[in-house]
Amino acid sequence: MTKPNFTEVNYRIRRFDPERDKAPHWETYRVPFAAGMTVLEGLWKVKELHSPTLAWRSSCRMGVCGSCGMLINGKPRLACNTQIAELESDTVVVAPLPNFDIVRDLVPELKPMFANHQELKPYVIRDDVQEREHPTNEFYQSAHELEQYLQFTYCIKCGCCMAACPTFATDPLYSGPMPLGQAQRYNSDTRDGGFKERKLVLVSEAGPWRCHYAGECSRVCPKGVDPAKAIQLMKRELVFDYLRLRKTKCPAKVAEKPTEVKRREGIPDAPPRTV
Amino acid sequence: MMRDQKLWTWHLAAGIVILVFLGMHMTIMHLNAVIALKGLNPAGGHPIDWANVVSRARSGFFMVTYVILLGAALFHGLYGLRNILFELDPARWLKRTISAVLLVGGLALFVVGTWAAVVARSL
Amino acid sequence: MLESKGHPNRLGIWGWLGGGRWGAERYLYTLHRLTGLGLLAYFLMHILVTSTRAFGPERWKQAMDAVGGLPFKVGEYLVFLAFAFHAINGIRLAIIELGFGVGKPIEPVYPYRTSLDVQRPIAIGVLVLAAVLVVMGTLNFWVLE
Repeated sequence: MTKPNFTEVNYRIRRFDPERDKAPHWETYRVPFAAGMTVLEGLWKVKELHSPTLAWRSSCRMGVCGSCGMLINGKPRLACNTQIAELESDTVVVAPLPNFDIVRDLVPELKPMFANHQELKPYVIRDDVQEREHPTNEFYQSAHELEQYLQFTYCIKCGCCMAACPTFATDPLYSGPMPLGQAQRYNSDTRDGGFKERKLVLVSEAGPWRCHYAGECSRVCPKGVDPAKAIQLMKRELVFDYLRLRKTKCPAKVAEKPTEVKRREGIPDAPPRTV
Repeated sequence: MMRDQKLWTWHLAAGIVILVFLGMHMTIMHLNAVIALKGLNPAGGHPIDWANVVSRARSGFFMVTYVILLGAALFHGLYGLRNILFELDPARWLKRTISAVLLVGGLALFVVGTWAAVVARSL
Repeated sequence: MLESKGHPNRLGIWGWLGGGRWGAERYLYTLHRLTGLGLLAYFLMHILVTSTRAFGPERWKQAMDAVGGLPFKVGEYLVFLAFAFHAINGIRLAIIELGFGVGKPIEPVYPYRTSLDVQRPIAIGVLVLAAVLVVMGTLNFWVLE
């Protein structure tokens, strides 16, 4: 991207105060621009110079917390992760994430997304209750097994994928790319044995069946999680499961402490504990 | 509710069946001049001339493949339409109505088409 | 389903038509839907029209004359085009939605290589094949008749 040569940018923001407005409306503000400025920094400038009542969510300002998902110049992005210069325009159009109700200004109501997420049990489910409640050791998992789901663990639950999904735009029963991606993250985790429990939800309309691979979720994901890939892999598993071709693997075993190993000669003892 | 997992798998399978049989049908009907395969239209001329229609109607192979294509295409198309309509989030009673109408309509058209294929055998 | 108390903000059918800056695969998805609907509409009428062959050559000729005019011929040509795209893109979707051709899970390193990049050659191959079919069909319909 070329370095823009303007000193000010326009911020066109979708405002909505539920206590005063009947419907959302646009407001434009002028904000001083410096090289390297992110959209989030511009929002702080708007709040400082023009409108102290502007509301939005943000926290880490470095693209790891997932709070500041917004519709920026027509594409769902993280405000802190988006340089104004990369938009290649002197007007930054900011609106709340679509497909979620608007609480106020740029704040979306994300509870439906988290409710869908919870329905799909995003945690390791195992039969050995004793080990779960009182863990004794780690589980065996090879580097290759880790790679099968590691990509999907990078999800920061920002909601950009849900905003971009055409099915989630119309169908409230569809779980959405984030919950389905996370369900696949746990189904592919060899430590987990919860495929049957999640299947109870996944075989219905909440499952991946309404995904038609528009691929927008993967295009807008700020962390490269690729939920579209996760959903297609999930479809393969579920179809093979229907055709009874799926191999069920036992969840990973608890690692055993080696008992036959002798300590090597010449290694000094650890110093005494001071706490 | 096993429904969507099953229906989607059948939707995909039907799609593959249609690919083969509709591909054949399109070749006979609309690529006959470009791909002049022997025996495609034995009476020469247009594929929809009566002589060609009769020769296909009398063939057991064509009757069977027409019926399979009819069933697969009706299922594939109407399930796809049901998907599109359901994604528009209609009320529960409307969903049930749509499912019923598509099922009954689809079955009715399948009966009509199969009847025609069977009766045409004795033309 | 959780009840929300905020101002409704679902894109609805605009999400199918224009939710933001699109990638190619989203256009392919919309086109696949449109061609499917077109093919279905034609197909339902087609069953009724071609079933008249069971009543003998006179009824058949009547039916063929009724659908013989130029507007119908153009419509049939459009159906062929729709079939060419829908069938060939359907092959691509069948492969992708069974989880093949999307790549394995990898550690995401910026710039991310997503499943969209992995399946892009398949999408291009699909469009080229469909174009070949379209050319053959156009020749057949309008040139060689």
